Amino acid sequence: MSILGWLQQHVFFWMSPPWWTMTSILLQIIALVIPLMLAVAYLTFAERKIIGWMQVRMGPNRVTFFGIPWLGGWGQPIADAFKLIFKEIIIPAGANRFLFLLAPVLALGSALAAWAVIPLDATMGVTDVNAGLLYILAMTSVGVYGVIIAGWASNSKYAFLGALRSAAQIVAYEIAMGFALVSVLIAAGSLNLRDIVLRQDGGMAHWFWLPLLPMFVVYFISGVAETNRAPFDVAEGESEIVAGFHVEYSGMGFAVFFLAEYANMILIATLASVMFLGGWLSPLQGLAELWGGSTESLFATAYVGTFLGHGLHWLVFKVMFLLLLFLWFRATFPRYRYDQIMRLGWKVFIPMTIVWLIVVAVLVMAEVPPWFQRA
Amino acid sequence: MEQFIFWAFAAMLVFSASMVITVRNPVHAVLFLVVAFVASSGLWLLLEAEFLAIALVLVYVGAVMVLFLFVVMMLDINVAKLREGFIRYLPVGATFAVATIVAMGLVVGSRNFGLERYAAPAREAADYNNTAELGTLLYTRFLYPFEIAGLVLLVAIIAAIALSIRGARQIKTPKPERQVEVRREERVRIVKMPAEKRT
Repeated sequence: MSILGWLQQHVFFWMSPPWWTMTSILLQIIALVIPLMLAVAYLTFAERKIIGWMQVRMGPNRVTFFGIPWLGGWGQPIADAFKLIFKEIIIPAGANRFLFLLAPVLALGSALAAWAVIPLDATMGVTDVNAGLLYILAMTSVGVYGVIIAGWASNSKYAFLGALRSAAQIVAYEIAMGFALVSVLIAAGSLNLRDIVLRQDGGMAHWFWLPLLPMFVVYFISGVAETNRAPFDVAEGESEIVAGFHVEYSGMGFAVFFLAEYANMILIATLASVMFLGGWLSPLQGLAELWGGSTESLFATAYVGTFLGHGLHWLVFKVMFLLLLFLWFRATFPRYRYDQIMRLGWKVFIPMTIVWLIVVAVLVMAEVPPWFQRA
Repeated sequence: MEQFIFWAFAAMLVFSASMVITVRNPVHAVLFLVVAFVASSGLWLLLEAEFLAIALVLVYVGAVMVLFLFVVMMLDINVAKLREGFIRYLPVGATFAVATIVAMGLVVGSRNFGLERYAAPAREAADYNNTAELGTLLYTRFLYPFEIAGLVLLVAIIAAIALSIRGARQIKTPKPERQVEVRREERVRIVKMPAEKRT
């Protein structure tokens, strides 16, 4: 927050404290949302490129910046964004205008609002609230309104059917997801996301993915289902209902839904890495002891040590890895059948999470090392 | 500042709550109810009851109202028919409404719940943990009521499921577990036949 302190002293010195508080919050939000939106844009590019490589295609490789040939394709997301901005927004006849336009905003808003409590590293993050995990659960559960309202306000049966499908799917998997998070909460003994990360301190084996492995898997698969991504993208079933709840949206309305989907993917990946993969903690931590202290000096070196130690970059790497899994799933798995999706959610994941909840509670009460010893 | 936020949320709450009962379209009514819940959760946040505020959004907005919306969207309600007997039932309805308002006023009026009867709650320190405090109370002092409430909910869930089951299933349904476990040998048989000579 030293940048904020500098700004207060040199740029916004004329502001009274309450105004400065609001301005600083606004600045922090902007500083978070702009990189996030860029990440979303380049995630779409990464998706097309990576799936292209997996399927032995080129992917987008034409649009470039200033005619530089080796940047071929990197201008694609920007070009797509401009195309969508300048397209006409068509509001279907008989649609509810206000709700029709509100739905994409709700979808994107809830995906971005959840970022308020995510700790980026030991000190960075917009806020640090005690009930952070609850807030995340609340925000992600509000996102379903965007889908339902979009389907209903479009005044189209295809959109409506698509909305029902995705909403039922989101509601079903939200329960398993919530239980998975409850087990994290039991393991960490805190609702504060920063505390949850700090409880995993001590190297890769101390992260919660190990004691909570089934929950990690359930959480991630539920996350894939929540975001309506392949192989759970029945809402999009091209052969039956075109593109699900957003068939009637064009131009920027569609683009905002698209952004919301990818922002949700990034959110799920970030939450999974914060709660199960130790957030900003370095996976190399503890190696010094393992190799008899011979690497200790490496951690103390100027630039290499910063890279090997804890920091935001490790969170970014973990998120990128999980996002790669999202794309990988899409490239390799065939679409699930709808009744099997429901069965997996209700009859497999929920009982599994409840059983593991008890197991975790026992592990915590027995203070099983290395995760649950009381200091 | 706090005053301003309070009045903004309070106005939003009163407005959306009155819209819930006056608006014609049932889907709009449900959406206004959602807004009402969000506004009241904002008021709770102002009281520093962050656990209750977020739980309200999580449970009511995130779960209950979604199901409401689901059901209401599927209904094909004829609004004109619903409003038909409005004048005829007005006297009866008005009587009950007045009686209810008077009763509510007597019970929760300023005589019993006025500002002078309750001291303003003391502000807790910044590191005060609402959730932990609530959990401690629920699992010590109010353990039995809490467990009984949980039991009642469980019974209600089982009863709801029991009510919606209508005898043995008549329809044939696919069994996914069998389908998933299917092996190639069960479905495909390769038949080897000797090649016949062309005549």
